[in-house]
Amino acid sequence: MTSVSTARRRAALTRFWSEFRNHRGGLVGLVVLVAAVLLALVAPLFISENVTSVVEGVGEKWAPPSLAEPFGTDESGRSILLMVWWGSRTSLLIGFLAALLSIVIGLVFGVAAGHFRGWVGGALMRVTDWFLVLPSLVTALVLAAILGGSTFTIIMAIGITTWPSTARLIRAQTLAVEARPYIERSKALGAGHWHITTRHVLPNVAPLLLASTTLEVASAIVTESTLAFLGASTNRTSWGTMLRASYDFGAATQGAWWYILIPGLAILAVVMAFTLVGRALEAVLNPRLRRAA
Amino acid sequence: MTTPLEAAEPAAIQAAGPGDERPTYRGMLRYALSKAGGALFSIAMVLVGTFFVFRLLPGDPVRNLAQGRNMTPAQLDLERRRLGLDKPLLDQFIDFVGDTLRLDLGTSYEYKRPVLDLIGERLGPTLLLAGTGLVIAVSLGIWQGTRAGWRHGSRFDRFSTGTSLLLWSVPTFWLGLLLMMVFGVGIGPIPGILPFRGIESVDAPDGFAYLLDVGSHMVLPCLTLVAVVYAQYLLIMRSSLVEEISQDYVTVARAKGLRDDDVRRHHAVPNALLPTVTLVFMRVGFVVGGAVTVETIFTWPGLGQLFYQAISVPDFTLMQGTFMLITVAVIVMNTLADVVYHILDPRVRSA
Amino acid sequence: MSLLELDDVSVTYRIAAGELPAVRGVSLSLDAGAALGVAGESGSGKSTLAMALLRLLPKDARVGGRILLDGEDVLAMKWGRLRAVRWAAASIVFQGAQHGLNPVRRIGDQIAEPLLVHGLAKPDAARARVAELLEQVGLPAWRARSYPHELSGGQRQRVMIAMALACSPRLIIADEPTTALDVMVQAQVLTLIKELVAEHGISLIMISHDLSVLADVCDQLAVMYAGRVVEHGPSGEVFHEARHPYSRALAAAFPTVGDPVSRMAPKGLGGDPPDPMQLPGGCAFHPRCPVALDECASLDVALWPSGPGRTAACVHVKAAESVGVAGAEEEGS
Repeated sequence: MTSVSTARRRAALTRFWSEFRNHRGGLVGLVVLVAAVLLALVAPLFISENVTSVVEGVGEKWAPPSLAEPFGTDESGRSILLMVWWGSRTSLLIGFLAALLSIVIGLVFGVAAGHFRGWVGGALMRVTDWFLVLPSLVTALVLAAILGGSTFTIIMAIGITTWPSTARLIRAQTLAVEARPYIERSKALGAGHWHITTRHVLPNVAPLLLASTTLEVASAIVTESTLAFLGASTNRTSWGTMLRASYDFGAATQGAWWYILIPGLAILAVVMAFTLVGRALEAVLNPRLRRAA
Repeated sequence: MTTPLEAAEPAAIQAAGPGDERPTYRGMLRYALSKAGGALFSIAMVLVGTFFVFRLLPGDPVRNLAQGRNMTPAQLDLERRRLGLDKPLLDQFIDFVGDTLRLDLGTSYEYKRPVLDLIGERLGPTLLLAGTGLVIAVSLGIWQGTRAGWRHGSRFDRFSTGTSLLLWSVPTFWLGLLLMMVFGVGIGPIPGILPFRGIESVDAPDGFAYLLDVGSHMVLPCLTLVAVVYAQYLLIMRSSLVEEISQDYVTVARAKGLRDDDVRRHHAVPNALLPTVTLVFMRVGFVVGGAVTVETIFTWPGLGQLFYQAISVPDFTLMQGTFMLITVAVIVMNTLADVVYHILDPRVRSA
Repeated sequence: MSLLELDDVSVTYRIAAGELPAVRGVSLSLDAGAALGVAGESGSGKSTLAMALLRLLPKDARVGGRILLDGEDVLAMKWGRLRAVRWAAASIVFQGAQHGLNPVRRIGDQIAEPLLVHGLAKPDAARARVAELLEQVGLPAWRARSYPHELSGGQRQRVMIAMALACSPRLIIADEPTTALDVMVQAQVLTLIKELVAEHGISLIMISHDLSVLADVCDQLAVMYAGRVVEHGPSGEVFHEARHPYSRALAAAFPTVGDPVSRMAPKGLGGDPPDPMQLPGGCAFHPRCPVALDECASLDVALWPSGPGRTAACVHVKAAESVGVAGAEEEGS
């Protein structure tokens, strides 16, 4: 039986890949995304946190892009190129972990709200809707300000404010899955809540979850940079803190366009990549969208 | 509510006569009341949440409030008593709710003034900026979304969707910085042409010239806000219209001999507009986030900037007050959008 | 002269994967006041054919051949002329009354709309006409102020019929008018259509997967398979003594109303309708045919005479008739 299901999964994966390949945008996004993640992972092999240290800044201050410094330097003579490279680690880390947290909360709430009917599900939906109305950036700012700025609190602040949309999506999917006849059969055979949710619901919502995680990472990276820009940030260098510094030190009035442009383009490229991949995944995995296309 | 009516088909419905329209209105009223109740509950939850988040999270609130100032233990005690922090938690909560309901939001530590006064001063500029931005973003988004959705797959559609995705991925503050650099400061030999700080010039003239002055100050913040917000309106309108076009009634309208333009104007667009406008106002929280960022960058003296200042000091009383106000405003807007949608759209009116 | 004449009509969809032939060379004709039924499974091209009659297909569809309505080729009409013909000369009762009505407009406005568009009535007169039309389909006049969701499925279908009658057309195309209705309501709606058509002398083209329904309402029947007419003739004869094995299967199916399975695959007929992108060679039906011969895989089938006023596209019919014809020739000589 296992070999049959393995073969079936492999066939499904092959089919999925052949459909995904048809989405040119998604493919480009995937390449950019993989490149960004690899670069962030191998960064410590080439550079160290020193590139962000003010003391270590050896170059000329506010130097425009040149052969030696392709992306110029900042107010302390640090290399923008190396800082963007090193900063990608914080930005991507927070993006991934915050999205993961958001998805986990959303998944638990969504499946529970869809699975348990009656007042439990109703109460869970109320909580979800309440969180959904809260202006997420404002709430995240408050949380980050109160909890103090550390990587952990930023992740918490983003995760706590962004999960409700995932929860709604998952709940709808759970309801759809549980309406299928084999769930009835499973219940008749004595399957409990745990069995039904983990064996039947989860595998069915997993593909959609993948797509929404990808989109969630994109928005988490934007939120992280916005929080950092608004001053609620960890002390580590990220793309957001770099842009904050460029604002604080008046890069615009200094005419240091590279200081503003480069970190922002890094954010844009990565966020676009995640968005494109997420949309392509959605188009392939969500049959409703597929029919509309 | 209509379920029993619909179930008893068809003779029972025909027998019911015109009188059966009244329950629809009663249902609408009931719906509005239940939504209002839900909103009140949400607002109550905001009060509870605010109280606990601001008081129970790590750190001594007094020390938080006094951050960066040297205070003796005696001063701290005095301050604690002044703020009522020596009382039991329940009493504190009751005081907090009572004060808030009386619109006493406390006194800002930074400004030494009542939070409500500060908010009152800042409300006007925010409404001006966010209101103008919203109107432009909604009209532009709906117009372009309609064009893109009506001929989906066309070059215009691909261009629109592409730009929207790009704008959607751009962090608001970065776009603001770029616009500020290009149009405010100017690059290289090209001088900046637009003001980018505050709401008015230091030597602002009077009368009509003053309006022009404020208007010119508004261009860049407004542009930033619109660019980021309108992209999602465009996408919502587009997908909503694409969905409507695939419905049979649109084919019926064409079969009736209507011109394509009339099919669009009289059938597809009005139907797509209803859910779109609702979604637009449902997501007003997103606009609020954008306003905070934009006001910060362009030092626009509005609520968003006040909130930002509260965070960067940090001034917890001010933060708490602005947070509650913003959240309650968003909840009210959401509820209104929901109720208005139910009144306008007969599809959900009796559902 | 016949009211409607289809001459070698074909419809091809251009999709990403290539060209998808939905209708392949259909020729039919309909006399004024007559009723023609078109039967077939989902995907047989019958609904596409119906939509092609008033050029209502999406832009990626290409229609070939000639569609003569009162002697005028619909496919050659200019847009203005086409709009004038739509609904005034021929109107449509759509399938799935759920979505055929605009959900946010009162049904009275929707029935009056074609009258106003074609300039056939002023608003006041249109209102009176709406009341009259609603009366005709058995609904009270005050229903004009209702919204579609306030009506039951059967009532909505009645509204659709009233709408189709609005401009007193000479032809009504009814595309699966009773799908998704209860059996009782289905019978009521069918009776209503039959009566109204007879009363006003309107010609009717009715599309359905249900041969028994068509046989009840129509004089002539055309059975479609894979975009082609495979059998055509007087409805009673086609229904009771079908000559094409596919028509026989359809007639034997007596599908259960509302049961998608019986709609997709009539009883006694294995397999699925063919993929239009990869039609089998020879007779498109041969892979599912219970009486297929070896030659069916390569033989070009066409509609051969299978009796007085009847044709069928089956090799068995060809064999039988050619023997018959040969015999007749011998007798004559």
